[in-house]
Amino acid sequence: MNKSVIVIGGGIAGMEASAYLSAMGFNVTLFEKDEKLGGHLLNWERLFPTKRLGSEVLTFLKKGMDEKINVHTKTNITKINAENGKYFVTNHNDEIFEADALLITTGYDLFDARRKEEYGYGIYDNVITSAELETMFLSGKPIVNKQGKVPKRIGFVHCVGSRDRKVGNVYCSKVCCVTAVKQATEIREHLPDCETYCFYMDLRMYGAKFEELYNEAQEKYGVTFIRGRLSEANETIDGSLLVKVEDTLVGRPLKMTVDLLVLMVGFEPSKGTKDIAKILNLNTNSNGFIEVADEHTLTNVTNLKGVFVAGTTTSPRTITNTINDARAAAAEIACYLNLYTIQSRNN
Amino acid sequence: MADFGYIIQEDRQINYDANDRTLFYFLKRVEPSISLCIGCGTCSATCTAGQFTQFDLHKIMLYVRRGEKVHIANEIKKCMLCGKCSLACPKGINTRNIIFQTRKFLHSNK
Ligand SMILES: Cc1cc2nc3c(=O)[nH]c(=O)nc-3n(C[C@H](O)[C@H](O)[C@H](O)COP(=O)(O)OP(=O)(O)OC[C@H]3O[C@@H](n4cnc5c(N)ncnc54)[C@H](O)[C@@H]3O)c2cc1C
Ligand code: SF4
Ligand code: SF4
Ligand code: SF4
Repeated sequence: MNKSVIVIGGGIAGMEASAYLSAMGFNVTLFEKDEKLGGHLLNWERLFPTKRLGSEVLTFLKKGMDEKINVHTKTNITKINAENGKYFVTNHNDEIFEADALLITTGYDLFDARRKEEYGYGIYDNVITSAELETMFLSGKPIVNKQGKVPKRIGFVHCVGSRDRKVGNVYCSKVCCVTAVKQATEIREHLPDCETYCFYMDLRMYGAKFEELYNEAQEKYGVTFIRGRLSEANETIDGSLLVKVEDTLVGRPLKMTVDLLVLMVGFEPSKGTKDIAKILNLNTNSNGFIEVADEHTLTNVTNLKGVFVAGTTTSPRTITNTINDARAAAAEIACYLNLYTIQSRNN
Repeated sequence: MADFGYIIQEDRQINYDANDRTLFYFLKRVEPSISLCIGCGTCSATCTAGQFTQFDLHKIMLYVRRGEKVHIANEIKKCMLCGKCSLACPKGINTRNIIFQTRKFLHSNK
């Protein structure tokens, strides 16, 4: 009989790993808690660095999901037992599924911006998150603020919930700088008369074509970058926001009003990731994500034999890196299940 | 004025809403490469004028962007248009032309 793998979490990582594992001849069962597969990708209209549609990537991922894969959506996992090298996974209907290996791809949640009180999210009308701006883009409706006014000036605040000891997240979320740059240029495409400002600590443009996107934002789209972290935002009488920041390149404090303030919220390990870690007794790292066995060489391996991880379950990353990681995890699992000798390196 | 034994400090804040950025918009039109400045300071590091005086080109570039006009006119006189800064700038910005055009703008908008 073919060996079997259970994949928990049907975002990008879960879909791509399932596709590869099934193509390699394993019996794959994929559990997803939501109604649809795709995870966060379902919410993004256009993707950095190319601005192609997110739906195109989703179509590609779906094409890889052959009919042999058993997909269970709207499924919650309540229990996982290990016995004689096999795993038994129980769902919310008390049905039990058996597998020779597990892959955890339960992903991330967005930082709850209300925890950065000084920016007024949830209090002021016109403070929104980067994810909400994507929803606006996706809806195809005109970009207006809460009062129905077309914004004349929009500010983007980097590092909200990331690189911030006070909220307990010391790490960089890696995708929000380039997302801000992308979104600021999209605003200029939708609303050529609207000024856009990015308030940043450093710009992390590490990926292929990121720096080009940044250059284009400056030269073609006229996005203004101000180095400094906002100390606060205050609502004015007409619903716009007065922001205060030290312009650290000039070396003086600066104030300006914006009609819409977009908070670039960071990544946190998802509730699902934390739940599964607890059920299985998986080690987590100092940032709360699932700990990998070795940061350089065993990035899909956990502290439990036969339990693997991929995607943003272990750290923030881009779609490109999530897809690569999913394929790497599939290869790692195949080596494990087929008892390839290369596996012995892992011990 | 009567001396009350104290002075009122000027506000150091850059009031972006109140500032006049026409010089920046003018420069963007005549020398679009100004948009690419990342404030790295290479231009200031190589500048001979900056070696002997308080002159600091990358700061002037920022003041132009923020509409902080007050010091620009006086400062920009110190540049001798040698063009070293343009050679050094990693973004290929024609800094020399920016200074040249700024002088022209200030001259015709006196
Ligand atoms: C505003 C924003 C814009 C972005 N734009 C881009 C972009 O343009 N380009 C780019 O490369 N990257 C972008 N990213 C990053 C991208 O979203 C991630 O790289 C990608 O979503 C990671 O996929 P994943 O499968 O690891 O996790 P997720 O997308 O989080 O998927 C995890 C899945 O697991 C499911 N799940 C969770 N817990 C359980 C459980 N207990 N049981 C069953 N199922 C569970 C979830 O419902 C979800 O479907 C952006 C991120 C943000 C925040
Ligand atoms: S990617 Fe940029 S905005 Fe996001 S946490 Fe890192 S430095 Fe901050
Ligand atoms: S060297 Fe070029 S990019 Fe750097 S501060 Fe000077 S003008 Fe700006
Ligand atoms: S052109 Fe002016 S600013 Fe540039 S290096 Fe020469 S003196 Fe300095």
